[in-house]
Amino acid sequence: MAFQFDLVSPERRLASASATEVQIPGAEGDLTAMEGHAPTITTLRPGILKAVAADGTKAFVVTGGFAEITATGVSVLAERAVPVEEATPALMESLLAEVRVAAGASEDKDAVDKAVADMMAARSAIGQ
Amino acid sequence: MPSLKDLKNKIASVKNTRKITKAMQMVSAAKLRRAQDAAEAARPYAERMNAVMAGLSASVGTSESAPRLLAGTGKDQVHLLVVMTAERGLCGGFNSTIARLARLRATELLAQGKTVKILTVGKKGREQLRRDFEANMVGHIDLTEVKRVGYANAQSIARDVLARFDAGEFDVATIFYNRFQSVISQVPTAQQIIPAKFEGATTSALYDYEPSEEAILADLLPRGVATQIFTALLENGASEQGARMSAMDNATRNAGDMIKKYTTIYNRSRQAAITKELIEIISGAEAL
Repeated sequence: MAFQFDLVSPERRLASASATEVQIPGAEGDLTAMEGHAPTITTLRPGILKAVAADGTKAFVVTGGFAEITATGVSVLAERAVPVEEATPALMESLLAEVRVAAGASEDKDAVDKAVADMMAARSAIGQ
Repeated sequence: MPSLKDLKNKIASVKNTRKITKAMQMVSAAKLRRAQDAAEAARPYAERMNAVMAGLSASVGTSESAPRLLAGTGKDQVHLLVVMTAERGLCGGFNSTIARLARLRATELLAQGKTVKILTVGKKGREQLRRDFEANMVGHIDLTEVKRVGYANAQSIARDVLARFDAGEFDVATIFYNRFQSVISQVPTAQQIIPAKFEGATTSALYDYEPSEEAILADLLPRGVATQIFTALLENGASEQGARMSAMDNATRNAGDMIKKYTTIYNRSRQAAITKELIEIISGAEAL
């Protein structure tokens, strides 16, 4: 049985394919989901989401949302998700600004710092 | 009896109107396609979101630690009605049906001694509700400049609503919009968004939650509000175009009937004038 990977944003379905493993930037640390994973729901932190399939790896920059993992698949609901190839420095800059604005609304100073730091880390991870 | 020239002008003007309504109908048909596609594309996210939140809220339930967005403030004194309509008219009963439903609800709540606050999205709803509820209006969100409704628009509306909720301005929020069924049928709908309500709240699989269920729920509920508003905006967009399409179709048909009627009258009076002139000539000749 194939392991299904779905990535949806509020506006459209970004990816729907079978994968062998999916690496998820969870709020409490990275995790990799494979076939037979225990059913889990985790929130995401800003970072890089990778889906490894037989025909190559697809990576996306995500800013938040959550992932629903079952034994047969992963569906990721991301508020913003961009394929890494399309993540230009300008785009990353605007995503970073968005995270700052969104986090600015909350009073939790640590959460704001963490979100911004996560975004910075994601940016350096794709070599910018 | 109008003169021949008047009739001719009238026919020309109705023909022009028919051209315009025909064009509007075709534009709406194209826009409807796009709006339906957008609504279709947004469906998977909304459905998943709803399913996960329904499961979560069922397990967290009404425990002490449940977030306020789910459990409510414990009162239902102040109601916020978010009335979403179109920015433009000429779409049949589209705006009026929403406004009517909202007006009905507002009157009902006021009769129960509750406080009603109205937030309007879209110009037309505001115009219609201002007559009766000027004092209850607390805000207006203008989407005139927005060509295609995006998630960002829904997010900014949600942020506005949530800020008001955090400030303790209301206890219950309901959104009003038209649910799209078909080109000829749109159903005005009222949907409570705060405190959140879910249909069919049963969990099939037992999930591990990371972080805790409460933390996830607290993170998801504001997103859920935005998602519900986004879905409503898209449904509304499709409904608006559908309503305009059928309204313009009717208008085009009516204009056609009118042209036919006036052309008949025009021809009759033209013939009558000719007959009259002939009679005058003949009787003039006979008199000689």
